[in-house]
Amino acid sequence: MSPRWAPSKGTGGKGAGVEGGEGAGSGDGDRLVTARPLPGRRRLLARHPLARFLLRRTATAILLALGVTLVTFVLTNLVPGDPAAANLGQRAIGDPAIVAQFRHHYGLDKPLPVQYVTYLGNLLHGDLGESQQSHQSVLTDLSTAVPATLELAGAAIVVSLIVGVAFGVVAALHRDRLTDQLLRVISLLGVSVPTFWLALLAFYIFFYRLGWAPGSGRLDPGMTAPPHVTGLYTVDAALAGQWPVFWSAVGHLALPALVLTAYTVGLLTRFTRSAVLEVLNQDYVRAARAKGLPARTVLFQYVLRAALVPVITVAGLAFGALLSGTVLVESIFAWPGLGAYAYRSATTLDLPAVMGVGLVVGLVYLTVNLAVDVLYGVIDPRVRVQ
Amino acid sequence: MTDGDTVDVLRISGLTLDLGGARILGGVDLALQPGRIHGLAGESGSGKTMTGLATLGLLPPGARTGGRIELEGTDLLTLTPRQLAVLRGRSVSMVFQDPSTSLHPMLSIGHQLTDHLRHHLKLNRKAAKERAVDLLTQVRIPNPREALGRYPHQFSGGMRQRIAIAIALACEPKVLIADEPTTALDVTVQAGVLRLLRGLCDDLGLAVLLVTHDLGVMSAIADEVSVMRHGLVVETGPRGRVLTEPQHEYTRQLLDALPGRSTV
Repeated sequence: MSPRWAPSKGTGGKGAGVEGGEGAGSGDGDRLVTARPLPGRRRLLARHPLARFLLRRTATAILLALGVTLVTFVLTNLVPGDPAAANLGQRAIGDPAIVAQFRHHYGLDKPLPVQYVTYLGNLLHGDLGESQQSHQSVLTDLSTAVPATLELAGAAIVVSLIVGVAFGVVAALHRDRLTDQLLRVISLLGVSVPTFWLALLAFYIFFYRLGWAPGSGRLDPGMTAPPHVTGLYTVDAALAGQWPVFWSAVGHLALPALVLTAYTVGLLTRFTRSAVLEVLNQDYVRAARAKGLPARTVLFQYVLRAALVPVITVAGLAFGALLSGTVLVESIFAWPGLGAYAYRSATTLDLPAVMGVGLVVGLVYLTVNLAVDVLYGVIDPRVRVQ
Repeated sequence: MTDGDTVDVLRISGLTLDLGGARILGGVDLALQPGRIHGLAGESGSGKTMTGLATLGLLPPGARTGGRIELEGTDLLTLTPRQLAVLRGRSVSMVFQDPSTSLHPMLSIGHQLTDHLRHHLKLNRKAAKERAVDLLTQVRIPNPREALGRYPHQFSGGMRQRIAIAIALACEPKVLIADEPTTALDVTVQAGVLRLLRGLCDDLGLAVLLVTHDLGVMSAIADEVSVMRHGLVVETGPRGRVLTEPQHEYTRQLLDALPGRSTV
């Protein structure tokens, strides 16, 4: 399938450039002419180093996205298992005509490369195929599942960043003292406690025993979802001014989000602590103190800025992991998110849905990494200015 | 070292320092006068750098000090951290060994040149910027206005050290402690930085404590020279006398170790 796919990529700048280079081999003059405008353009772009940096990273991200579609497609089709057998009933499987019709309906009777090209073509129109289970378009399914997970993961990462970075900084500033020891134990617990166990425990204590938290799902039973704007119930409800719905959504969000927070807080505390400790040893921190700057200024402007670089990397990865669906937490809290959807699709061999999930997860990581790269560029001038 | 008309701006007497149960300094006496460079020589671990750091109150946690460090009569060792922070960078400032690590790599030159200016002297953004341009001109950085928006990695080692000196001089301190300011630099740019220090010392009436293990650097610009060994000052005096007629055996050894001086 790659030969089919390669030429379309070859028409882009890279392939054409290589061909041009070979063609110009007969006369060096041609090469010079094509080479001359380049330095000029480079110089012009270099005047906006951040813009140039962004452009480069975005171009890479687009290529990677194409790669993601290919990998998702290949992996999904490598799975041993017959979607027809998984989706059709016991009796229908015995009937070759029905099986053939099923295969024809979903395009499974065509060769794989053709299926891939069709898939890519459809993708460009926003068509991710039809779920064999829900009989809805995968896009429709995802458009409810992704915001649900986004809300959960977003809440978890925001809380984790605030708490984790604060814990890490405090631990580093109190190195080897009681506060530090305590925070290190907490972060160790956070990273090592199995999330599903914590989820069950939290559900049992706060819902079943104490009744503080509302039950599963995203809203109280009988409540209708707020008008769809972002798909995040808290935001949509606030936008629509439906405050009872808002508080219900927040209440439902709190427990699963806090459960997810445990791991990321532990992770971020550890990374922040070691990053801050390393920066505190740097000459420029001592130099900043020698300038007589207040401790607060030294911490926020000199120490944290440098320490944040590794923290952002880890936070990005953690956010990606949260976004790509936390199957166990979502199923325990009956949260209709990406993880639950992925689990359902995978167990029923619902290939279009599985590919849809794979694509979303891939794009999520790409986007998060792109965001992390851009943040690097904003924080560290050495990244953008060469 | 108070000869007649000059007054000691900084006088260190009987300075002791214990760190982790070990005695680092065993009673150091030094005196700095305005407009004069006092060279502090000695091998690694002799306590030169610690003497400098003690003056700024930048010793590592757990360090215990004794003796006196008087800045115009005020004993710095008795000050609270808050009182010390007021003097630090304003009355006493420091230039570190390696400008590639002592400047923050992610903050612009302008930022690092003006933040303490604005803090100590309460200058507004505009006034601080003007002062920064003057300072960069003073240390001979080309295109000072443009340099403010640039970052340390865009300058050469020698330029970076000039910028570090400009930062140290921003609040017009009385005392500058320069800890091996040329050691990390190429030999070709060392002379330029030393000439700059000498010039600033003469023009601004700055008292400079030049910490170095390099007697060559010392002989080039110092007025007085003190030699340290094992946390003690073993010899002190005018440059000419110490370097030509060393009284102490250790000074003689140091001089003999200089290349091309072995016949002395």
